[in-house]
Amino acid sequence: MSLEPHVATNLGVAALLALGALAAFRVRRSPFWRERLAEVARRRPWALAVIALYVVVAGLDAVSWRDAGPGLGEPRSALERLFPADFREASYSAPLAEVEFYGGAPLRHPGRHLLGTDILGRDVLLLTLQGAKVALLVGGLTCAIAIPLALLIGVPAGWFGGRLDDLVFFLISTLASMPSILLLIALVTAIGRGPLQVCFALAVTGWVGFCRLARAETLKIRELDYVQAARALGVSTPRILWRHVLPNLTHLVVITFVLTFSGLVLSEAVLSWLGLGLDGSWGQMIDQARDELSRSPVIWWNLGAASFALFGLILAVNRVGDAVRDVLDPRTLREGA
Amino acid sequence: MTAWLVRRLLWGALTVVGVLLFLFVLFFATAHPEDIARRALGEKAPPEAIAQWIANHGYDRPRLWNPADPTDTILFEHFRRMLTFDFGKSDADDVPIAQRLRQGVGASLSLTLPLFLLGIPLALAASLVVAFFRETYIDRVGVVLAVVAMSVSILIYILSGQYLIGVLLKWFPISGFDPDPAVVMRFLALPVGVGLLHGLGSDVRFYRTVFVEEGSKDYVRTAFAKGAGEGRVMARHVLPNAMIPILTHEVVRIPGLFTGALLLESFFGIPGLGSITVDAIHANDFATLRVMVYVGALLFIAAQIVTDVAYTIADPRVRLS
Repeated sequence: MSLEPHVATNLGVAALLALGALAAFRVRRSPFWRERLAEVARRRPWALAVIALYVVVAGLDAVSWRDAGPGLGEPRSALERLFPADFREASYSAPLAEVEFYGGAPLRHPGRHLLGTDILGRDVLLLTLQGAKVALLVGGLTCAIAIPLALLIGVPAGWFGGRLDDLVFFLISTLASMPSILLLIALVTAIGRGPLQVCFALAVTGWVGFCRLARAETLKIRELDYVQAARALGVSTPRILWRHVLPNLTHLVVITFVLTFSGLVLSEAVLSWLGLGLDGSWGQMIDQARDELSRSPVIWWNLGAASFALFGLILAVNRVGDAVRDVLDPRTLREGA
Repeated sequence: MTAWLVRRLLWGALTVVGVLLFLFVLFFATAHPEDIARRALGEKAPPEAIAQWIANHGYDRPRLWNPADPTDTILFEHFRRMLTFDFGKSDADDVPIAQRLRQGVGASLSLTLPLFLLGIPLALAASLVVAFFRETYIDRVGVVLAVVAMSVSILIYILSGQYLIGVLLKWFPISGFDPDPAVVMRFLALPVGVGLLHGLGSDVRFYRTVFVEEGSKDYVRTAFAKGAGEGRVMARHVLPNAMIPILTHEVVRIPGLFTGALLLESFFGIPGLGSITVDAIHANDFATLRVMVYVGALLFIAAQIVTDVAYTIADPRVRLS
């Protein structure tokens, strides 16, 4: 039995919600994390609220279903249901305009497009809101590939040392020596342009820095007294790695996640401009809007909305990222800033 | 010193081999030669033309192992060509790639060199000022401004720069290039300005952290105790000691000067290596892309070796081990 795409997405959202609940439960149980995250919330209440807003919008857009009754239409997301059905025009219209931008034909929904419509007549506000899902997908999925990969390779390299460490170090320096934007382009051109491929390419270029950090931290942790004590007590290596090493890398994982996230979303915008990005991203909207600036009179709402949405998310994540780094780790990550 | 340098160079050579292997896997093991030929010649090209194209570009060899002649494989040919800088022809239009590189590097440098040389003093001066006023409102506002500046996508910097300066104010041309020294500055002013603005935010934030960290060390307190003023401490004590992170940060950027600024060049119509890369992406020109990644990596590896040597000069504490 194969799932329809929108059902699979809905299940994905449910899985993410469950994961989020589990994480919240773990945080509440641990005094260290509860205290630190409360400190982050105290320092950056507004930025966190902005991020929460983006997450809610993306979540609403990810859940979709078909209308009951006869005639199977396309499934519509909860976000699209906040707008009237078939909320489209023939072409450009300015924000809150009554008529089309070119020609002045009357609109089907006069005065209801808060941010106007784009060249295909799609509502810009809706498109901009839908971009949140793509942006969070790029950042989230890429980190979900890159961070476990970096841990899986960096921690054993730091722990076991020797030949394995040499090999990993060789791999890291090889990947790091290629200019990242060129490597990214080469990867996407070679492996394809789907969402998964783009995230994979971003992950391949992005995991190196964290792998190096995880390796260095493992080297340090390995020599600490409590690890030595566990070894003396005869605890098996996998168990030491799982119980004693990994938990002490968690704060680095959180910091890396937040700090990498904004860079990934910005990279996707650049890729979009090169024609290698994801469908529906803000980068694509900016790319499409590029020619509109040379029209007269200027069509600014498309570009403006996408730029502002992108800027808002990145700024909020960067601000929270700074706070997270200061609260969780005052020293180690400085040089990577 | 000599033994260390030899080891360092050998490690660099090993990395070059790694890069070449990676490029081989990426470009020859994942893409089928017929697909590359179709992309260059068009979907409807006759089979004979495709076979001819594949033979002309050397894609008809066995990939890894040829029992008749072990040197007649794509892998061997790939290594031979790259290591002897015999880059061959573009997949898209058969222009020799080496010729393209020679033509483009001048235009790239004329954009990136001013960007680099103006960017360093600008970022250092701004971050020294912010670090000078650390823990005050000036510092806090400076940091927030830096974060705001680095949160704006480079696309938006470029588009708004072109629109404001080029379209509305008409101070400089929106795009274009002319190597004639009399007019080249007119074309470069806008891209250099936009590039400086884009880089400033993250640089100021980074250098501020470096200076503040350095400023909390013991020798700084000693200098203050001996009566040195705030400005003198910053310029004479903190700045020289912050050279190591500054060097690391800046020297690895030098290879990027040659490979060009992808977006700036392409948006502002500067025919440098960045524009060549963008054209190669749009034309599915794998041969050119491969060479660009290789050349970029080669320059980066060289720059890293230079950085390591520069360390030993800038900081006597660094031992060569």
